[in-house]
Amino acid sequence: MSKIKNTIEQINNDGKKALSVFLTSGFPTIDKFLDNTNRIIEAGADLIELGMPFSDPLADGGVIQQSSQIALQNGITQKQTFQFAEQIKKHNKTPLILMGYANTILQYGKEQFEQDAINAGVDGLIIPDVPLEEFDDFFFPFSTKLDKILLTTPTSSKKRIIELDQKSEGFLYCVSVSGTTGVREGFDNKVTQNLETTYKALSKNKMLVGFGISTPENIKQLSPFADGFIVGSAVIKSLQNESIDETINLIKSLKQACVE
Amino acid sequence: MEQHTIYNQPSTAGKFGDFGGRFVPETLMSALHELEETYNSVKSDPDFLAELNDLQKNYNGRETPLTFANRLTDHYGKGKIYLKREDLNHTGAHKMNNTLGQILLAKRLGKTRIIAETGAGQHGVATATVCAKFGLECTVYMGEVDIERQEMNVFRMKMLGAKVVPVTSGSKTLKDATNEAIRDWVTNVENTHYIIGSVVGPHPYPMIVRDFQSIIGEETKTQINNFEGRNPDYIIACVGGGSNAIGIFYPFINNPEVKLIGIEAGGYGIDTDMHCATLTLGRPGVFQGMNTYLLQDSEGQISEVHSISAGLDYPGVGPEHSFLKELNRVQYSSITDDEALDAALQLSRLEGILPALESSHALAHLEYLMPNTNKDDIVVINLSGRGDKDLNTFINKIKF
Repeated sequence: MSKIKNTIEQINNDGKKALSVFLTSGFPTIDKFLDNTNRIIEAGADLIELGMPFSDPLADGGVIQQSSQIALQNGITQKQTFQFAEQIKKHNKTPLILMGYANTILQYGKEQFEQDAINAGVDGLIIPDVPLEEFDDFFFPFSTKLDKILLTTPTSSKKRIIELDQKSEGFLYCVSVSGTTGVREGFDNKVTQNLETTYKALSKNKMLVGFGISTPENIKQLSPFADGFIVGSAVIKSLQNESIDETINLIKSLKQACVE
Repeated sequence: MEQHTIYNQPSTAGKFGDFGGRFVPETLMSALHELEETYNSVKSDPDFLAELNDLQKNYNGRETPLTFANRLTDHYGKGKIYLKREDLNHTGAHKMNNTLGQILLAKRLGKTRIIAETGAGQHGVATATVCAKFGLECTVYMGEVDIERQEMNVFRMKMLGAKVVPVTSGSKTLKDATNEAIRDWVTNVENTHYIIGSVVGPHPYPMIVRDFQSIIGEETKTQINNFEGRNPDYIIACVGGGSNAIGIFYPFINNPEVKLIGIEAGGYGIDTDMHCATLTLGRPGVFQGMNTYLLQDSEGQISEVHSISAGLDYPGVGPEHSFLKELNRVQYSSITDDEALDAALQLSRLEGILPALESSHALAHLEYLMPNTNKDDIVVINLSGRGDKDLNTFINKIKF
């Protein structure tokens, strides 16, 4: 069984929500990255999404775009990202998901990429520019060892949500609002209604909600319609500061909202 | 059996061979499907075509002439050279052929807001123009570097009522403007139509833009047959994203006697890092919604590229060009900044036509092609735009 799904299920069985934290590989510096990540896991992250920096991240808003630029300027390479993954997995049982763009995988070579990911202990992949239409071709000849996680959005039809649920492995990533990643001021009724509809349509997967999740209040508001939450830009923004204490406090407060 | 040799692309999945596709976030998929369905339903609808033809004729000024360049022909003393005068479209370039078609599509889609990306500003101006004509809100994304080198077009867009948003990420040119336009579309897809300016991006855009631009090649075919009683031997066009090139090539793809030549921007030279010769030196990858040739590093990070011509300053290329390259149906080569400048001056002096820097790349290739032609060969150059927009660059680069 999928380790990712298993982890989320166990948390849900205790009446809690899962907290998945996105971190850009090699940000804010290559040196600080591993230590920061270990502390974030210690503070309560249930899953880690390790962002593979790409020069042209279409699905990302300003904060993650900039973190990718900085990581690339820091000299991050895909080999280094795999090394980070391996070192994270050495010290933690936390499921690890690589998130990034199609071209990174293509240029690395699909077979080699899958092999190196498995060897590093990676559990899943989220590739937002590979939608359902490209899924089968793109992930040929991948094995089933890595979960390939699909995204559903407010523009996905009911029929499509069902298809996405059937195809997605590990969990289904529910994008809260149309748009790029980034902090938002809050969620209106339309968002909660849409989440409710999506949540009820699923039969196979657990659903984690992401995009615009930045506060404990967001989590409390959306909790009835989610099995867990993904936080990215808010964490990346706080990591830009000198001290990581603020980030740790943020993770703790989000975790608290997940277990209440 | 003959049908197998007829070129019929893309596939229903939006693929030109292995190229093309729809590599975009899920949020956009419903809009792409809706656009494709709407386009398929109107492309043979007599009302839609009548409205488009009326606009092309009475607003855009088509058909554009095919001009025999007698002094340019004499200069080389070899084959006959004709110019397809896309510089005479309303607003000064071939871009209007596409924006007129797409604004009619946007109307049928019920969208109230239009966004576009622009490099040289010609597509931005052409989009702002049709938005003014149809009373739709218009936002154009443009890299900061391009805003500086194409300031006349920025002012034109503003006069036409468009909002011009400077893009400061990455290389601050066309690629980054396209990223920002896609991000805007992901955010506002419910009320917004994205008018892509070239044969790039996710399916169905490369197909739709090609079809709207094919009017260039269709007219050329009729005109050259009226003048010469036959198809040309060579057609030359510049390739950035590749819309003017596909526009003039497409109706000739099934005529193997017509040699098609695409000219990319060689910048400071293809032995430097400062060029945009994507098909000449790139390799396939996925970028901005499509699988196509790209200029990229070994990790798949997209390169920062250079051309004197903002309209060619792009590290990707339309997926159909990638396919035509692999089919060997089109030959692609490149021209440097300096060669393009020389060609611009030469056409101005010999024919009284001041060409756009983009089109000057196609003209410059005559230096290489003409010595190998015969007196009875016929060469057509797609003169995709006029050079008024490039005066700033000409003033800085040409000394009298």
